[in-house]
Amino acid sequence: MSRVAEFLLRRKGGKGWHWTDIVTWIWLLGGLFVMFGPAVWLVGSSFKSPAALAEFPPSILPYVTQKVTVEGYDKPLDLYEATLPDGRKATLAEVRRIGIVSQMVDPQKPGEIIKVNIGQRTPVRQMSFAMQNYSEPFTHFDFVRYLWNSVFVTVTATLITLVVNSMAAFALSKYEFRGRTFAMLLILATLMVPLSVIMVPLYSIVSALGLFNNLWGVILPTVATPTGVFILRQYMLTIPDELIDAARMDKASEWQIYWRIILPLTAPALAVLAIFSVVWRWNDFLWPLIVLSRKELYTLQVGLSIYSGELNVQWHFILAMTVVTMIPVVLVFIFLQRFITTGIAGTGLK
Amino acid sequence: MKADSPKRTGSGIGETVLLPVRLAMGLIDAPLRWLQRVAGIGGMAAFFLMPNMLIFGIFVLLPFFINFAYSMTGGTALFLPDRSFVGGDQYARLFDCSNYLDANSCTEDTFWTAVGNTGWFVILQVTLMIIVSLITALILNRNLMARSFWRAVFFFPVLLSPVVVGLIWKWILQRQGLLNFGLYGFGFEPFTWLNDRNWAFAATVGVSIWAHMGFYTLILLAGLQAIPKDLYEAAEMDGTRPTRAFLRITLPLLAPNLLVVVVLVLIKAVQIFDEVYVLTGGGPGTSTLYITQYIYETGFATQLRNPGLAAAASILMGVVLVVLTLLQLSLSRSSEKKGARK
Amino acid sequence: MGHIKLTNVTKSFGAIDVLHGINLEIKDGEFVVFVGPSGCGKSTLLRMIAGLEKPTGGELAIDGKVVNAIPAADRGLAMVFQSYALYPHMSVRQNLAFGLENTKMPKAEITQRIAEAARMLEIEAYLDRRPGQLSGGQRQRVAIGRAIVRRPVAFLLDEPLSNLDAELRGSTRAELAALHARLSATMIYVTHDQVEAMTLADRIVVLRAGRIEQIGTPLELYNSPANRFVAGFIGSPHMNFLEGTVESVQSGKAVAALAGGHRIELPVNGAKVGHGARVTIGVRPQHIAVNSDGSGIVAKIKLVEALGSETVIHADVAGQKVLVVAPGQHRLAPGTEMGLSLSAAPLHLFNDKGLRLDHTV
Repeated sequence: MSRVAEFLLRRKGGKGWHWTDIVTWIWLLGGLFVMFGPAVWLVGSSFKSPAALAEFPPSILPYVTQKVTVEGYDKPLDLYEATLPDGRKATLAEVRRIGIVSQMVDPQKPGEIIKVNIGQRTPVRQMSFAMQNYSEPFTHFDFVRYLWNSVFVTVTATLITLVVNSMAAFALSKYEFRGRTFAMLLILATLMVPLSVIMVPLYSIVSALGLFNNLWGVILPTVATPTGVFILRQYMLTIPDELIDAARMDKASEWQIYWRIILPLTAPALAVLAIFSVVWRWNDFLWPLIVLSRKELYTLQVGLSIYSGELNVQWHFILAMTVVTMIPVVLVFIFLQRFITTGIAGTGLK
Repeated sequence: MKADSPKRTGSGIGETVLLPVRLAMGLIDAPLRWLQRVAGIGGMAAFFLMPNMLIFGIFVLLPFFINFAYSMTGGTALFLPDRSFVGGDQYARLFDCSNYLDANSCTEDTFWTAVGNTGWFVILQVTLMIIVSLITALILNRNLMARSFWRAVFFFPVLLSPVVVGLIWKWILQRQGLLNFGLYGFGFEPFTWLNDRNWAFAATVGVSIWAHMGFYTLILLAGLQAIPKDLYEAAEMDGTRPTRAFLRITLPLLAPNLLVVVVLVLIKAVQIFDEVYVLTGGGPGTSTLYITQYIYETGFATQLRNPGLAAAASILMGVVLVVLTLLQLSLSRSSEKKGARK
Repeated sequence: MGHIKLTNVTKSFGAIDVLHGINLEIKDGEFVVFVGPSGCGKSTLLRMIAGLEKPTGGELAIDGKVVNAIPAADRGLAMVFQSYALYPHMSVRQNLAFGLENTKMPKAEITQRIAEAARMLEIEAYLDRRPGQLSGGQRQRVAIGRAIVRRPVAFLLDEPLSNLDAELRGSTRAELAALHARLSATMIYVTHDQVEAMTLADRIVVLRAGRIEQIGTPLELYNSPANRFVAGFIGSPHMNFLEGTVESVQSGKAVAALAGGHRIELPVNGAKVGHGARVTIGVRPQHIAVNSDGSGIVAKIKLVEALGSETVIHADVAGQKVLVVAPGQHRLAPGTEMGLSLSAAPLHLFNDKGLRLDHTV
């Protein structure tokens, strides 16, 4: 055991503990709690029944009060561990509560009502995962629709992003033509025009094109991303021009050069862009919120925010849907984190 | 001999998946060969550039220019030709205040409230964000066990959608939430944090830092790792104290990255919307109403929507962003030059 | 089938003229080497023939047909690149097949051509590997193979050996020569290495600063270089140049005084040399004899490099550097003096503009 501790706590050069080491570990462990805690709490809460969610103080794990069906009563009754007036302990079902007095019955002898002070009883609880939080939204809400809309937007936008931007990057990295620098500057200048600045006129253009309340109205404005052109172009610049000369000598058309030589060789950068695009499009919120006003067109993000903004928030469903919405991104995070972190460190983009 | 002829792994599956793509590309090739014959290689460059430029022109450039026209029109009509020209009235309305230090004295008091809120938000959030991410980056740059795990811990929220971030924290900060539960353990009474003006504001600052700090930590960490280790060894040989090494080696060499990060955080902070909209909806009252939400609500959401006013406000915000972006570009360029000189 | 003719071909990149009025005719089956220092325009010339660059002016014809406007793909040429330019994501086999597939050739013929080329170049063993898994020499063979399978009217080779180590370069050079003999196709070869040029070429084109300095067989260039530049470029170690002044011209014989006072008779061969003209006398290091008695031109020994079979002597004749390659082994000490004799040496005479004074030899 001490070996393990020694291994965990050892420091470079085997020197003793410095105050900075203590700060480091406090920061790291605190970070672990603050960063992961909320998400873990969300997942845990998503399995609680509405009653358990309303409890305070909340329990860490999803518990429900055990119920029992007693002869002579239509509904199942809550089960309690009660201390009887004579000091005996018994497991009783509560029939009703009047003030601070609870009327209880013994499930074995349902005829006799026993009065117990509410301070003298504790509910019998068992762990229970409220799976209906997950299953019901699929039928009650248009959750499947939202999921499908989000998947459609994400996949389509990503595919178009990859094709359109790789073509542009190819033109901007491997051809000499007049206006090339101008085109490049124009694309980079887009970085200065975020959605929040042009959303009003963009809305009128999208409407004029008949794309209001249309998933394509969500997809198209996002696909010509300057960052996409930028990463792909930087990568393509590292592909030697002689390869293209060789392909031309090999009677390849320019289109063939693009998709048989350039695209396969750009695969690593395309993968990075694809990952980013999936995350961006999956998470998009403001623009879909503007373009999509019909319920059946909502993406997950819009649907979630609308339902969570309702007066009577059904938290048990919202939490479960939030967890489902998180899943793709968490999968991306677990399996492709390395790609993303190196991508960001290399280009400083998000 | 067999070992000398390595097989491409998974080529079988890849080939079947790629087959329709190959066929499609082959089909496209014939007309494109014709195009190449007609337009020449230069024409093909235009062909490759066109889809991007078209989409970019329609959905970015065009709205960008229309925005100016939009901001000089009034009424609620959607399409520009149907709108009445009002000249600079929208701007005049935005700036119509009897006392420029008091948002309530303005005709568009919500605009100035949003500007004020955004200003405070930016100042607080940027300062704290830089401090937190710099400390985290410095700690992650130490000789840690399982460094990539710790890096992942801090990076994790970056990928979460703003809506999810907003909902997670809304759930934690509500009356029966985790925070109250934690404080209850110390004897505090439950408190509805998001119903209090100041706490709601603090929550938006904290949540946005929680959500994005991993991103900036990563950039700063990359900068720290680019500092050659032998500099510190040389400093150690010279008997330099660690604090001095930090001030005289780490900070100056990290300065270019740090500046870029500051500007990036600034640009993002000015545009804050998604997570706040879900978390507080701008409330309570207007205490967390930020500028993007003002534009969104003026342009789309309120009963008396006024797209022209929203456009005018968005242009004012655009000016700020352009200045910040130019600042960032010039900073990253000068840091590139410095890098080249190294 | 592989007759290439260039008439007044020029090339400019913006305001910079890279090639000035190139006139050149390459016969079918000829092995022509473009040689010159870097930046002389030889690669640009080759890429223009290939169709990868457009000529600014002039006319380029292949087999009698003007091809200025014809794209690279349709000129029927194949090129071997300096970096080999193998497609890194394709196997060797796919690399060889790519160009053939683009011509819609039947599969069976592609397979057959690849097999044939692979046998010829002995690359059968690694047809299914990627270029990244091959050594430099193997990649070079694949690059040549990719050209061979196309059965082009002419092969264009852009410094194909420059990325190989010295030993491999020697053997590959010999293989290339054999390949040319076997295929008897036109080959145009660009190099900055005059040894490659001398060993491979039927004819050498020496280029400098965008102009052709001389065209000729290797021995023509060696024996009668047209000017000082060619004289200095061809041959290793390079030719010595001694400055002199013509002192007397009599009945076809001229005598010049070298710096330092020594007089030598010049091989005028009918060229007109004026009294008092300044001339440059070129003599190859191998042709200078060392007089064992110390008579002749007095030279101060600076450095002696004993290579065993020969001795390279760096000497100084009245302030001019002279390099002597003497066969066999000599005991000479730096700092001492020796006598040199040019009497048996073929001398090359250049005027003050650097042009050869006679063209008869």
